[in-house]
Amino acid sequence: MNLFRYAATAATTIALGASIQANAATLDDIRSAGELKCGISTGVPGFAFTDDSGAWNGFDPAICQAVAAAVLGDTAKVKYTTTTGKTRFTALSSGEVDVLARNTTWTFSRDTDLKLDFVGVNYYDGQGFMAPADLGVSSAKELDGASVCIQTGTTTELNLADYFRVNGISYEAVPIETGDEARTNYLAGRCDVYTTDASALAAQRASFEDPSAHVLLPEIISKEPLGPLVRHGDSEWADIVRWTLNALITAEELGITSANVDQMATGTDNPEINRLLGSEGDLGAMIGLDKAWAWRAIKAVGNYGEIFDNYIGASTPIGLERGVNAQWTDGGLLYSPPFR
Amino acid sequence: MATTFDTNGPPKSSFSVSKLWTDKKSRGVIVQIIAMAIFCAVLAYLANNVVDNFEDLGKPFGFGFLQQPSNYDINQTLIEYNSQSSHGRAAVVGILNTLLVAFCGIILATILGFILGVLRLSPNWLVNKLAYCYIEFVRNVPVLVHILLVHGILVHSLPHPKQAIGVADSFFLSNRGFYMPQPLFQPLFWLVILAFVAGLIYAFWYKRSARIKQAETGQQSPVFWVMLASIIGLPILAYFLTGFPIEWQLPEQGKFNLKGGMAIKPEFLALWLALSLYTAAFIAENVRSGILAVSKGQSEAALALGLPRKRTMNLVVIPQALRVIIPPLTSQYLNITKNSSLAIAIGYMDIVATIGGISLNQTGREMECMIIVLSLYLFFSLTISTIMNWYNKRIALVER
Repeated sequence: MNLFRYAATAATTIALGASIQANAATLDDIRSAGELKCGISTGVPGFAFTDDSGAWNGFDPAICQAVAAAVLGDTAKVKYTTTTGKTRFTALSSGEVDVLARNTTWTFSRDTDLKLDFVGVNYYDGQGFMAPADLGVSSAKELDGASVCIQTGTTTELNLADYFRVNGISYEAVPIETGDEARTNYLAGRCDVYTTDASALAAQRASFEDPSAHVLLPEIISKEPLGPLVRHGDSEWADIVRWTLNALITAEELGITSANVDQMATGTDNPEINRLLGSEGDLGAMIGLDKAWAWRAIKAVGNYGEIFDNYIGASTPIGLERGVNAQWTDGGLLYSPPFR
Repeated sequence: MATTFDTNGPPKSSFSVSKLWTDKKSRGVIVQIIAMAIFCAVLAYLANNVVDNFEDLGKPFGFGFLQQPSNYDINQTLIEYNSQSSHGRAAVVGILNTLLVAFCGIILATILGFILGVLRLSPNWLVNKLAYCYIEFVRNVPVLVHILLVHGILVHSLPHPKQAIGVADSFFLSNRGFYMPQPLFQPLFWLVILAFVAGLIYAFWYKRSARIKQAETGQQSPVFWVMLASIIGLPILAYFLTGFPIEWQLPEQGKFNLKGGMAIKPEFLALWLALSLYTAAFIAENVRSGILAVSKGQSEAALALGLPRKRTMNLVVIPQALRVIIPPLTSQYLNITKNSSLAIAIGYMDIVATIGGISLNQTGREMECMIIVLSLYLFFSLTISTIMNWYNKRIALVER
């Protein structure tokens, strides 16, 4: 068995690369390289896109920019690597990227069996269906016999199989590699409906020539908590990403914005703001950073609410409502542990 | 080799270490040993690295996941499969899909390739140049582009199932696939199968006895017609006599798609056509070189001996051309099989898409899944090579 194991592993070593450093100090590597390696999707309007100058922007890259600002002091020091639904976990566990911010659903097996660490949730999503308005379908339960476009290697693929099996209806799965291909196939009529996370559906629909010709069906068939994740085994690095995300969420709760963060950093009468922005105590030292880490992150990308409004909020073409992604104080699910 | 003639004295026979290096033969062996040692060291280092990293990550190595339910659906399955089946079964579905497209591709590419190769040698200027243009265009564009192109054409230019192009209410062509009637076999159908088997056995017995008869008496028998009648005619006769024991289930319009019947999905069609059209261009060149390799004197000699033109072709030219064609043809067959792994680009669920794709991603067993995919392709390729080498040996020049 041992011999076989050696022989077998040798054969696929090249695929995995020889640079896995599971327990290495990721923070030191990032500092010495002077850049943060960030895994993102191949493009979802609003969530990850290249702007006119060719730079990556969006709801997901903003997390990497915030971490880069906190660790390296510069949002530009991020090296983006695009990953598909299939390549993302290998890219992360092989060390090709340090953090994966790519609308990835937090599930039990990914957190444990795949040896990854989800550090939080930056978008509470659920799987929905989009269909052309003239198809005359008003519920997913009416989809018996339909062709369904689905991105392979995602949790949505499994939810879809479960949903149709439980409801005893048949369908033809049309597997597709990326969001762009799904869009082309859906518009060409290769499939009747397209299913993925409701946020991505809304984003895709916004980019269609005539968005009103397509409807989102009312069923949301799953819970999809999306969030950034890191490799198992380096808790210090996981802490930095986790608390950068929490800092952005707490900033919104406490009313700190990119516009007023400078003024607030000089000291306020709210001790939590003072601790977060470094004018009181030294939280940064506890995670291996300086006092101003959170100040830099908020200054660079804004608080959670600002990021949401900038890229996917109601005023953008994507037009997503805050819904369950509102602060807990507003009846939503966003609830950051305290900075103490 | 070791003893070179030396004018200064007799060749030295005593052994010395430095001689190992100056001697050409032993130096060759030493260099090979060193190269092999370095190769093994690199391999061991890489393997060790992976094992260490797996241990660091805390990922166990094993194939137990193959028994767990796969939880995903596959749209083209040749065997019974649903989302409750195991990853192992999903792998088998993928293997069968790979073999199906490779098998169909090999057949179509061979037929097209032989036709194109002959056309390429046609004395007709237009036919010749058309074949030339086709071959040069197709050979010089990557196969992935062909696959995407054909898939794009099928999905974008063919009509929606509601407006499917129908022929006699039995065959429908749409961008969701090519639909045709599905045969439903009735109980008496086994008699037809029996007739087919009996016909096959008789045909080959007849062929053998005809050859013996020709060797003994020189008389020729109508082998082709008798074989045709017994292999195809007999089952058809049985089919009529048993009262048409096949019912045809016709495809019909459903709410979203055509229902019933058999469907060939556009993904399969695209992959099959693209692989065949691409590889046919290479096979055409092999065929052309094979035919040109038979010198003109061969057919002239056969004609001079009084053999008719058809027999000259069948008995003199083709057997000799095949000797040149078969070895490169083998590598084209291997190419089709291996290139079919590009299926995932258009969502055809082959072995790479099932066990090497979705299963890999859902279970996170990169190493195990890649080992499975790798060994399967190796197995397919070696099997094809073995069969083709056996055939090559059979038709090789028998030298006495």
